[in-house]
Amino acid sequence: MAIDSDVLVVGGGLAAITSAIAAAREGADVRLISHKSSTLRQASGLIDALGYVPATEPAKPLREGPPTAGRELDRDEWPDPEGPLADPFEAVDRLPDAHPYRILGADALREGLALFDDLVGDAYRGSHTDSNALLPTFGGSVKPTARYPAAAEAGIASDDRPALIVGFRSLTEYDARAFAGRLEAAGVPFDVAGAEVEFAEAFRADTKVTRLAKALDHDEEIDGVSAREALAKAVAPHLHDVVDEAGGVDRVERVGFPAFLGDQAGDEVRDELADRLGADVFEIPMGPPSLPGLRLEDRLYDALDAEGVRFETGNPVVGIETEADGRVETVAVDRKGRETPYGADAFVLATGGLVGKGLDSDREGVREPAFGLHVEQPADRYEWFVDDAFGDQPYARFGVRIGEDGRALDAAGEAAYENVFAAGGVIGGADVAREKSASGVSLATGIVAGREAATEATQ
Amino acid sequence: MTRDTADGDAEGVNELDETDETDRERNDESDPTASPGVPEAGRDEQPSIFVPDDGETEGDAVTDATAATTTTATATTAATDGGVESATGGSDSTDLDPDAYDPVDVFPGGDLDLREGADSCYKCTSCDTSCPVAEVDEEFPGPKFQGPEQWRLKRKDDHDIDESITSCSNCMRCDDACPSSVPLSQMHNEARGQFVEEQMEKLSREYIRNRILSNYRFFASIASKVPRLANAATKIPGAMKLGEKVLGIAGDREFPDFATQTFREWWKARGGAQVENPDKRVAYFHGCYSNYNTPEVGKAMVRVYEHFGYEVMVPPQKCSGTPMFANGMLKDARRHAETNVENLVEAIGEGADVIASCTSCSLSLRQEYPELFDIHGIEDVSEHTYEALEYLRINEDLEGELAGTKLADEQAFAYHAPCHARNQGLSRQAVETFRDVDGVTMEDVGDSCSGISGTYGWKEEKYEKSMEIGAEMFEHMEDAEGDVGMTECPTCAMQMEHGTGYEVEHPLQLLEDAVGA
Repeated sequence: MAIDSDVLVVGGGLAAITSAIAAAREGADVRLISHKSSTLRQASGLIDALGYVPATEPAKPLREGPPTAGRELDRDEWPDPEGPLADPFEAVDRLPDAHPYRILGADALREGLALFDDLVGDAYRGSHTDSNALLPTFGGSVKPTARYPAAAEAGIASDDRPALIVGFRSLTEYDARAFAGRLEAAGVPFDVAGAEVEFAEAFRADTKVTRLAKALDHDEEIDGVSAREALAKAVAPHLHDVVDEAGGVDRVERVGFPAFLGDQAGDEVRDELADRLGADVFEIPMGPPSLPGLRLEDRLYDALDAEGVRFETGNPVVGIETEADGRVETVAVDRKGRETPYGADAFVLATGGLVGKGLDSDREGVREPAFGLHVEQPADRYEWFVDDAFGDQPYARFGVRIGEDGRALDAAGEAAYENVFAAGGVIGGADVAREKSASGVSLATGIVAGREAATEATQ
Repeated sequence: MTRDTADGDAEGVNELDETDETDRERNDESDPTASPGVPEAGRDEQPSIFVPDDGETEGDAVTDATAATTTTATATTAATDGGVESATGGSDSTDLDPDAYDPVDVFPGGDLDLREGADSCYKCTSCDTSCPVAEVDEEFPGPKFQGPEQWRLKRKDDHDIDESITSCSNCMRCDDACPSSVPLSQMHNEARGQFVEEQMEKLSREYIRNRILSNYRFFASIASKVPRLANAATKIPGAMKLGEKVLGIAGDREFPDFATQTFREWWKARGGAQVENPDKRVAYFHGCYSNYNTPEVGKAMVRVYEHFGYEVMVPPQKCSGTPMFANGMLKDARRHAETNVENLVEAIGEGADVIASCTSCSLSLRQEYPELFDIHGIEDVSEHTYEALEYLRINEDLEGELAGTKLADEQAFAYHAPCHARNQGLSRQAVETFRDVDGVTMEDVGDSCSGISGTYGWKEEKYEKSMEIGAEMFEHMEDAEGDVGMTECPTCAMQMEHGTGYEVEHPLQLLEDAVGA
């Protein structure tokens, strides 16, 4: 006997959650199953839609013959990508034909973003406009993004108020002064300075940011002073550090911190700091471990619960059983060595790409391991990549192909199974890292796959 | 699992076949009554993964049957390589086969070669983010260090295990968090075992205390001979303070009461199974706590399973090993595992699946057993073990059975999912099972750790950290509508009760009420 539902979503990230909720809102009984904790905790928490249109053709024809990787031979040249884009929607038509946005249309992206807005409420900003916002990110670059956490709002790069960027010596991966320097080099329209302050020094050097967040959440006493007060006191002497062309500014109006200002009580921590400093406070998204990602994960899983979606994490899907008519009847879930069938009328595959382990690869090829779906790829491994690391890497676009209704396609371009849909990173055709489109692709493909799966299941 | 010999290594395959023969003969000779369904020696027949290094390896830690073939098996397979397929015939081989060459094979493996796991780590720090100890204790370097990094450091002979490994509570949330399936808890267990074995002072107060805590079953079995006396003794003013002073056991905790009739005594008194059904058999692994402290959980399990027409068997058993793993007492754990595996394999041979009501027991049998020990039949035990509610949800129409049922007295519960349930995909099962029962409100109090982690919160020096970790759960419990707690894990239940004063039930007890078993 199988564990049954109308729609079974395989995966635990943004695409999986989006499709599960989209299906539930169509009236389907939905179950979501994810092998590991959601990879949202590694994500920046920024929701990008389309920031750049990268070139798909090199500036001059690629060199013939064996690859030159690692050797300074005749290097290939690629034009700079188009962007940062002000409007992600109008640029969709300039993407390659096989891109999920081209297949599903810009409206799918619009609807996906609208669903996201509905789920996160006032924790996110950016829904007031079609235009991208520019947000400073970890490392000092500026990223075009469609939605951003309220906690990052005061850091927006189009704001011309002077800003102070705060860093801590013990957070070795984050250098505030280098960060400020890079922002300046990127040509932001505001004056900026970085300052390293002594706060996290009270903790040992390799303290986890989750520990710092917890200390601020609970406003723990550190050497006799409460954590939030101690942090404000450490920053206060630097509020006049910013220098403009005329030789000085009175006082900064906003202060940026690495994103560890509390976990559960983030809003409270930010408000109190802003109060004490007399300046707006914002967080700069960091690499993992990412508190903005964790907060988003919490919020979206609460939404799943509220929508009545059943979900479980901990066991992988390792195979499928098909019916005589070519539909998938059950998937096999490996429960610590014992395969248990999970049945559904429709399935959504949202297991992620190469990093999320939704695609598997070795020297022989690239595979989709759960359903064994077709992954288009050149037979010769040397055609998987080009020499220029920042060129149009073919492997970046590897993945499952989908039709207009989100169904996964086979090698001949027909629906692989009548009742299997795909969403998110497992889908090919997009180079999400260069395009800055990972979240948008997940939302657009997620909402289509979820809706269509619900329709298929409740027919 | 691919822990057998490399594909195409014909010689190695033959060696293993011989192992089978040897073992079959032994079975025939020594146990002529062995059930025909008892699994034969199989792919798990390999030298013990955990081999104590103090000279008692061959005869003591390895079962007699495998001892004879240990040497040959080691020579032809990549010795106990924890799943790494060897293209070169193992680390002892000098011939590299260029067609099947893989860089992994160049380096010699240890008793437990976790290299593949260490190499899979791409340092995303998801494990660190999920660690409840690192969140409150900045002295604890986190699972990424304890796992892959420490494992790499250890490749040098003179490198000691860092003492901070004893601060890991073995909640195993890092396993669930890792997107690359790095076997973090296996690495921690191995390092902790090695630390305790080789670096810990055996006469130290800490060692003795940890030995006592991890061998809870031994002391509970004595205490439950005289339960009233034992219960009274722990309530003598100052008794727990004395425990703290002398042994370092947290004095602020109330020692759990011992039942006046253990589960096994009850089982015997009722005349064993009331339902006979050769087609639907389960072997109940009650664990120590349901036996000595909360027999009502065990009774609920029996009544519910009999309600669904199962024949319940209660095989002889010892501790699942969970508290021993958490304290690095791998020798103790292995000793208990041998008894458990032997008896559970016999039950499996009679057609039973193994059912545990404690999620740490089921996790131990399913995951830690095959990861850490090679005992004849241990893979079979792993594959046949389920948690009690999980098994019913897979095999019975529990939703149909519960639809439209009504609980006599309305009750709201504050449910906490134990970390070890999380790792088995069970963290939502109680909430989902009882969603449609009239009169039951089941509220999930969030994904935080209760903080007790078995024996961790019982240690004087860890008590405060334990309560700090638990604070989030306590808050959410108090915010929840219900004033009765619910969880599958007995030590989480202790912590929930300790932090909130709520009475705490097991889902099986509620299921018993709901189905009227």
